[in-house]
Parts: sequence; structure tokens; C-alpha cells
Amino acid sequence: MTATAAPSASAIRPNGSGAAAILATAIGSFAIAIFAIAADKSPFVKTLFVFYKPTGQLSGETTLAVLVWLTVWAILNWRWRRRTVAFSTINLIAFVLLGLSLLLTFPPLSELL
Amino acid sequence: MEITTRSLWTLIHGMGFGALYLLACSGAIVALYRHQSAGSGESASLIGHRALNAYLAAMAALAWLAVLTGSYIIYPWYRAAPPAGTKNLAAFPRSLLLSNPATAQWHTVGMEWKEHVAWIVPIVITAAAVVAVQYGRDIAHHPRLRTALLSFVAVSLFAAGVAGFFGAMLDKNAPVEGGQTIQLVKGE
Repeated sequence: MTATAAPSASAIRPNGSGAAAILATAIGSFAIAIFAIAADKSPFVKTLFVFYKPTGQLSGETTLAVLVWLTVWAILNWRWRRRTVAFSTINLIAFVLLGLSLLLTFPPLSELL
Repeated sequence: MEITTRSLWTLIHGMGFGALYLLACSGAIVALYRHQSAGSGESASLIGHRALNAYLAAMAALAWLAVLTGSYIIYPWYRAAPPAGTKNLAAFPRSLLLSNPATAQWHTVGMEWKEHVAWIVPIVITAAAVVAVQYGRDIAHHPRLRTALLSFVAVSLFAAGVAGFFGAMLDKNAPVEGGQTIQLVKGE
């Protein structure tokens, strides 16, 4: 029978990278909702978001949201990768943003804004 | 038995990538829940972790393929504007739906929600896959992170479910048709 020693606290990867991914994902998802609302409300933004004409403004909304997601992720990961962060707070913010993303992409609700 | 190229792409997008993703979600939820229940004391085997990582990566690939084929291959056919004076709108699904008050909301609510909410899926599941790979067996020491990953898969299931439901209903009310005809089985 072999006994495996529990890893020391310093050997365990800190939660910073995970927290960065969670928060960046929520921000990227929220960006989809915000960009969709912006394009819906402003004809100027709508035109600005047409990156690929056959797909219309959806191409710009989603491309920019993906860029926001990846950029925020890279920045947060760089800052937090070796740190242990307050995961509960980050989780709460992330899931509020994710919930809002799901709700605000629903047209009857986004039209109320 | 024939199928048009546009119908074929719709099948690949919906039944191939989309439905497969939805099916995969239940497996991911069960696997992550098992990791969750095991706790840090009984961390899963290395093979178990690798299998889960590969599974989540495959789900991310499916999600990206679904949104990319949907947004850049099928959606342009769906939203194409008919030339002025076109009476038969069958080849222009968006215009066909909007031409009738009884079907207009399949576009104004259904497609408008589907086209945006679907993009949340690849973002969420890619992040879940990357975190699972990054942390490997270390994830056993981060219960909140495991819960977050499980919740991410649940969120992606909801978003993919919305997209799948409206995709099916839109295709029922105004199918994307046209293009070349592919003969699957020759008639007698």
C-alpha cells in the first residue's frame, strides 16, 4: 500500500487563473448583450458593426464580444495567475453578469431599455 | 430522395453540431458533478481527468462549429432580402416570417434571441475546458471553481437549448431552402 502525501499549500495552483477565466467569460457574454442592444438602439452603431455584410451587424457584435472576452481574460490572467483571489465575490459578479446576458439578449426585455 | 445544399447545411449545423452539443451537456454535467461530489479527498484518476478535459474540448469545438456555421453560412441565407416585387418569399425565410403577423415573432423574438444567446455557449464552454486543462487534478482543491465549471455547463445547456428550440421552430415555420439539389437515393 502506498501513501500519497497531501500536496503542500504552495504546490497547489492558486485560484487566480480560474477566477480570471470565470470573470472574463461573464464580461464577454455580457458584451454580446450590450453590443446587441447598442446596435438595436443606434443606426450608426448598427452600421459600424457590419463587419461581414451577409451576416449584418451580428458579425461585429459577436466578433467584438469575443475580442473583449479574450482581452479581459489575458489581462486578468496575467494579473491574477499567481494569486489567490476572493473567489466568492468574483463568482457572484460573474453569475450576475451571465444572468443579465441571458436576460438582456431576450428581445422583449432588451426592448424595455 | 433529395436534399438541397442549404437544407444539408442546416442539418449539419442543427442536428450535427447543435444537437450533439446538447447531448454532450448531460455527460459533462454528470462528470463534473462526480468530480464535485468526490471532493478533494478522492480526486479522480489522471485518466478520468484527461477524458474530462478531452470531452470539454470536444464540446467547445462543437459549440464553435455550431455558431460559426450558423452565423456565417446559414444566417446570410435566412436574412437575405428579396428583390423588390417578389411575391413568393419561400426562399427568403426572414421576410416570409415577417410578412405574416402570426409568424413575425418567430423572427423578432425567436431569431433575435437565438442569434445572440447562442454565442454565449462557445465562450462559456471554452473557458470551462481551458480551466479544466489548466488545473488538471489540482481542481480537486478548488471546490468553488468546480462549482463554477458545473454552473458554466448548465448555463451553456440553457443557452444552447434556447438556440436549438428556436432553430427547430424557425426551420419548421420558414425553412432555409435552395441551392443545388443533392440526390440521396435514386427513385425507381
